[in-house]
Amino acid sequence: MSKSNLTRRGLLKTGAVAGSGLALPTIFTAQSASAFINDPTGGTVTLGFNVPQTGPYADEGNDELLAQKLAVEHLNGEGDGGCLNTFSSKALRGNGILGKKVTFVTGDTQTKSDAARASAKSMIEKDGAIMINGGSSSGVAVAVQGLCHEAGIMFMVGLSHSNDTTGKDRKANGFRHFFNAYMSGAALAPVLAKEMGKDRRAYHLTADYTWGWTQEESIVASTEAIGWETVNTVKTPLASTDFSSYIAPVLNSGADVLVLNHYGGNMVNSLTNAVQFGLLDKQVNGKDFKIVVPLYSELMAAGAGENIKGVLGSMNYNWQLDNEGSKAFVKSFGEKYGKPPSNSAQTCYSQVLLYADAVERAGSFNPCAVGEALEGFEFDGLGNGPTLYRAEDHQCFKDVLVVRGAQNPTSQYDTLEIVEVTPREQVMYPPNHPMFGGDAASLGECNDGA
Amino acid sequence: MDAIILQILNGLDKGSAYALIALGLTLIFGTLGVVNFAHGALFMIGAFCAVTLQKLLSLSYVVIDETKTDFMGNPLKVQAPYVEKWFGPEIGEAIINWSVPLAILFSIPVMLAIGVAVERGLIKYFYRRPHADQILVTYGLAIVLQEIIKYFYGANPIPTPAPPAFAGSVDLGVALGFDPNAIIYPSWRLIYFAFAALIIGGVFSFLQFTTFGMVVRAGMADRETVGLLGINIDRRFTIMFGIAAAVAGLAGVMYAPINSPNYHMGMDFLVLSFVVVVVGGMGSLPGAVLAGFLLGILESFASTTWATTTIPGINQVIIYLVAIIVLLTRPRGLMGRKGVMED
Repeated sequence: MSKSNLTRRGLLKTGAVAGSGLALPTIFTAQSASAFINDPTGGTVTLGFNVPQTGPYADEGNDELLAQKLAVEHLNGEGDGGCLNTFSSKALRGNGILGKKVTFVTGDTQTKSDAARASAKSMIEKDGAIMINGGSSSGVAVAVQGLCHEAGIMFMVGLSHSNDTTGKDRKANGFRHFFNAYMSGAALAPVLAKEMGKDRRAYHLTADYTWGWTQEESIVASTEAIGWETVNTVKTPLASTDFSSYIAPVLNSGADVLVLNHYGGNMVNSLTNAVQFGLLDKQVNGKDFKIVVPLYSELMAAGAGENIKGVLGSMNYNWQLDNEGSKAFVKSFGEKYGKPPSNSAQTCYSQVLLYADAVERAGSFNPCAVGEALEGFEFDGLGNGPTLYRAEDHQCFKDVLVVRGAQNPTSQYDTLEIVEVTPREQVMYPPNHPMFGGDAASLGECNDGA
Repeated sequence: MDAIILQILNGLDKGSAYALIALGLTLIFGTLGVVNFAHGALFMIGAFCAVTLQKLLSLSYVVIDETKTDFMGNPLKVQAPYVEKWFGPEIGEAIINWSVPLAILFSIPVMLAIGVAVERGLIKYFYRRPHADQILVTYGLAIVLQEIIKYFYGANPIPTPAPPAFAGSVDLGVALGFDPNAIIYPSWRLIYFAFAALIIGGVFSFLQFTTFGMVVRAGMADRETVGLLGINIDRRFTIMFGIAAAVAGLAGVMYAPINSPNYHMGMDFLVLSFVVVVVGGMGSLPGAVLAGFLLGILESFASTTWATTTIPGINQVIIYLVAIIVLLTRPRGLMGRKGVMED
């Protein structure tokens, strides 16, 4: 008969050591991987699409949502795969993200910062969204970016053109694919010089909020650099609907160019009012009077109708771009929805794919790992040509389009024509550029919400 | 001097819209005693009457153009309006171009019908309820009307241009002895002002010189006595609601070329129009018109560079500032009558 030396104390010690040993791989793998907020544990991962579904930008928000849904389909291996077939990174295989099926929830920003923060918060806390994407206003983007950073969630910015989003308000958890006001100025100035000459006097009407201020600053700097003089800069309340009081003094100011730093309904109304006042029919200082709209969108062009004919502006993307990524996206979007994608749709679609791709390459949903995978990422095949996600400020650098209201559009979809594709080298700037917060601007520490 | 004239013109133009909406608001308040927060929405629906007629006149059939391609690379589907097929390209195009003036005729019966339906279907149940209830129900109605329009037409503004003959601007400066280009003003805005004056004059004449108007005025002064005389004053007041809706609608139709209509344009005017009514004096029709033009002109001057650099933000508060001053000095408004809204 054998004698066992097993004691109760010994058994407990052995059990504790064995238990620790068995648990060890879990502590260093699974548990460490879930040490961040909203780690998807089941077979699905939830993305949060925060777009304006009500209010004046609802149509733009709807277009973003269509693109986001298309991106989810492609990620899950449904449809024709769209830009998964042209994307330079081959990490995405149409089997979800890291093998998890992609689902999504939506929020309504109402294009109001407080409402957008509330809907993002709800998607993060109640629905477990691991990433937030969308929006059509810089005020909203800056607000939601701050919230996501505090919560430890990735924010893939939608349509936001203010320098501040990746300038003084940049955050480690926020990434912007869309171009910015500085880039608009840098792309437009040479075309303006070529088409209108270097001896021009500009009058600015500017929407009185973060985006308008940074766009005015950017366009003033870039046009003065080519020799233009700035006659006046007038801020107009965001709630303005009739701009006649602001436009009436323009002709007598000595200006021969009107720059409308307006977006959406503001731009539609100010441009319409300017054309009604006959500005484009006048000659001032011996030159034809011109109007410039630095930031265009397809919906604004539709709203302004005939008034945009011949008016120059800039865009992040246009469906008429002739590259493989753009063709694949237009085909996919067009077949599904019967219309070409807008530039807000394209930026949201790209952002969803870029996020998913970064997760695959990082092998983790941890926002800090995903952020690292996006920083300095060079890619192509999403419609804009070769693009860099700069590490220092999380801003994408790619070619910028200078566009003009078409004189003879063949349909409602080609009201804008591409005048020039400005190479990205021409629109680059140092991360500590004074318009982007200078040396004081910082991404801060990445937050994974742990 | 030319700058001052320009801002006066701008003010008269803005004031025209304020005055027309405030006139309708006052008509409804004076006759039915209802504070109608849906009045801005009626203005918006008027503008969408112009949009609707433009769409109806532009109804098209599809012609395939093999020489061009669409965004998918397929042969281009060109929209060809039926009116151009029926009446020839030139007349057809002219009909579409003149859709806004034609919409005046289209909108009058539509707006009258909407006004009567709203009054009979909803407002009449709130006559004896407190003003707060009336405000809530009419505000709710405004939101419902907005969302209906948004459902059918989307949230994006829809361009509704004036006929080409009135699309340009007029050099008023030359006529007034100034340099060329000194006072340039859009033709359609001048027409809008003239149209508003015509409508305002028409409403006043209708109330002043017709038997119907006389009965309505008597009913506004003493509803009970007029009723005791065997006159169905309720029916007349219902018609007045319809007329007020038509006035707001006409203001909206004519405003469509000035700013592309969108579903929330009524709300932009509603609050300002209420301030106009209060400044003019609750229940006073001449007060509403006077205050409309006065506040329009003041708002225009407050938007000048000189004003905004002297007092930053004055353009956003001027109307409310004037309202405060008027109410402090004349609590019943500029032309308010004793006893109105004072019970």
